[in-house]
Amino acid sequence: MSIASIRKDSTRSAWIRRGTFLAIGLLLLVVAPALLSGFRLALLGKYLCFAIVAIGIDIAWGYGGMLTLGQGVFFGLGAYCMGMMLKLQEVGPGRLPDFMAWSGIRELPTLWKPFYSAWFAIPAAILVPMAVAAALGAAVFRRRVRGPYFAIMSQALVAAFAVLLVGQQALTGGTNGLTNITRILGYDLNNTANRRGLYFVAVLCLGATYLLARQVVQSRYGRVLMAVRDREDRVRFLGYNPTIIKVVAFSLSAGMAGLAGALFVPTVGIISPATIGVVPSIEMVIWVALGGRGTLIGAVIGAVLVNLAKTSLSEAYPGGWLYLQGLLFVVVIAFAPKGLAGLAKLFKRRTGIAGQPQTDGSTVAEPPSTGIAEPARISAK
Amino acid sequence: MTLGQSLLEIRGLQVDFEGFKAIDGLDFDVFEGELRFLIGPNGAGKTTLIDAITGLVTPSAGSVDFAGRNLLLRREFEIVRLGIGRTFQKANVFEELTVLENLDLAANFRQPLRKLFKRRHGVLPEVDESLTTIGLSEYAEQPAGVLSHGQKQWLEIGMLLVQDPQLLLLDEPVAGMSKTERTKTGALLQQIAKTRTLVVIEHDMDFVRRFASKVTVMHEGKLLKEGAVADVQADPLVQEVYLGRAHDRRTQEPVQ
Repeated sequence: MSIASIRKDSTRSAWIRRGTFLAIGLLLLVVAPALLSGFRLALLGKYLCFAIVAIGIDIAWGYGGMLTLGQGVFFGLGAYCMGMMLKLQEVGPGRLPDFMAWSGIRELPTLWKPFYSAWFAIPAAILVPMAVAAALGAAVFRRRVRGPYFAIMSQALVAAFAVLLVGQQALTGGTNGLTNITRILGYDLNNTANRRGLYFVAVLCLGATYLLARQVVQSRYGRVLMAVRDREDRVRFLGYNPTIIKVVAFSLSAGMAGLAGALFVPTVGIISPATIGVVPSIEMVIWVALGGRGTLIGAVIGAVLVNLAKTSLSEAYPGGWLYLQGLLFVVVIAFAPKGLAGLAKLFKRRTGIAGQPQTDGSTVAEPPSTGIAEPARISAK
Repeated sequence: MTLGQSLLEIRGLQVDFEGFKAIDGLDFDVFEGELRFLIGPNGAGKTTLIDAITGLVTPSAGSVDFAGRNLLLRREFEIVRLGIGRTFQKANVFEELTVLENLDLAANFRQPLRKLFKRRHGVLPEVDESLTTIGLSEYAEQPAGVLSHGQKQWLEIGMLLVQDPQLLLLDEPVAGMSKTERTKTGALLQQIAKTRTLVVIEHDMDFVRRFASKVTVMHEGKLLKEGAVADVQADPLVQEVYLGRAHDRRTQEPVQ
């Protein structure tokens, strides 16, 4: 394959990619709002929040090999930052959110005070999760905690976080969480037009997150990250510090989860420990696994499809969803470890749509590592 | 080949693996511009020596100085940044990245993090040069996973070259290679040795005879003999170490 033909090939696929990106944007920004009822549109908005989380998990796990089973922590931190601001705006200055009064609190806790300001609260929703992830990552990655040990640790973290939220009833609203959120920055969230506006914000945030993630994974840093995922020890002997590489990816993924949490609260109107605990954190990873880790679009599609299926099935057969979700996960791990995106690639290759032209016509085998029969790779890498 | 001053200076090195002394009071010098071969029976401590120099194992005693700087207690990536590159017995390339990306990854290790967030446009001159040197230009856009074993070892060497290290430590670079591949690799090593210092662990005595000028023999964690290939081979102690261990497959290689 000559250099010129590589370029031509890559410009064509670049145009296909741009076209797809625009088509999905059009679908979400024009078609969906025109066709869906306010209720359905809000549901779609919620799925898009989850898709943002999924992109973050894909960076950490799909590209960085850090199986984070505790992404609910960062989603929750973002959501509570936003929720605290919304509650304060709801009750107005000088008054306390309802649950605090029930707990016998007379004065606003210091922790809550900065959240009067949107200028503080909204950046905090992204920066606090990033900072927590960076501190945590620096501590554990330096000690070379990885694989299943990292997964277990992140899971324990989210369990502890949920317990903390429930226990600090007076500060966090306990099990109920922060509820009755009806306004954001002066806009009534019961108003259809405002809800639609919020949906557009979610679409734009998803688009921005996707583009940022794409830049990250396509950059040289993204290559180093993949190298750390596959052979961390080797990367050390190339003169890179894997701790820093991993901390950046983990922190980035936490920031994305935080952004998603911040969007989730006004979209759904409530945030509680039940939304961010151990089980939701595992579900978040399942979206990425089903969609196909290691491809950003796979993560987005996985998050949207799984949640769409969850809603539709729960409406038809309450209680049936959990079984199906478990079944789907088992089937994917056993038969398509690269998820839907992996299946799509396989299909393309079989039908010859994307048959790569090879050097001087000789057939060079695909690397064995991209084959489908490779269940070992799904493990906690 | 003109020999400069001592580039690597090891004194009284000792490496313990839970009581077992893998390296036992070793003194070892490598001079600038050398192509040094390190031989010895299995378990002599050759790989452990390289591990100790590059920070993979921590010695229990002794000193390792490189160009006047103490290497002990430095982390692996810091030692690399001082100018020491190494390969492993098993080729360790990144199979999902292309050959070009593997080299590019190696070439950018000194870049500050924020610069890494840019995409690669085109090919760096040193990467291009290295591709030619290791003879893998036509595989540039192929995933490294498709390369043969020998080609992966060359890619490893190429990845070291783009990092411009002063000292290269190669752990059995020709193991598992065909005869023609060995010859090519030997020529490649001699070419590299024109501008850099190399230490090569090797078992194949035929290969050592063809390409080595100076050989160091290790045995049971100690330095047994050092000198020109012919002298070392004629040494009765060396012969005993090799021939006295008939169960070692590698000793079937002729020593004289």
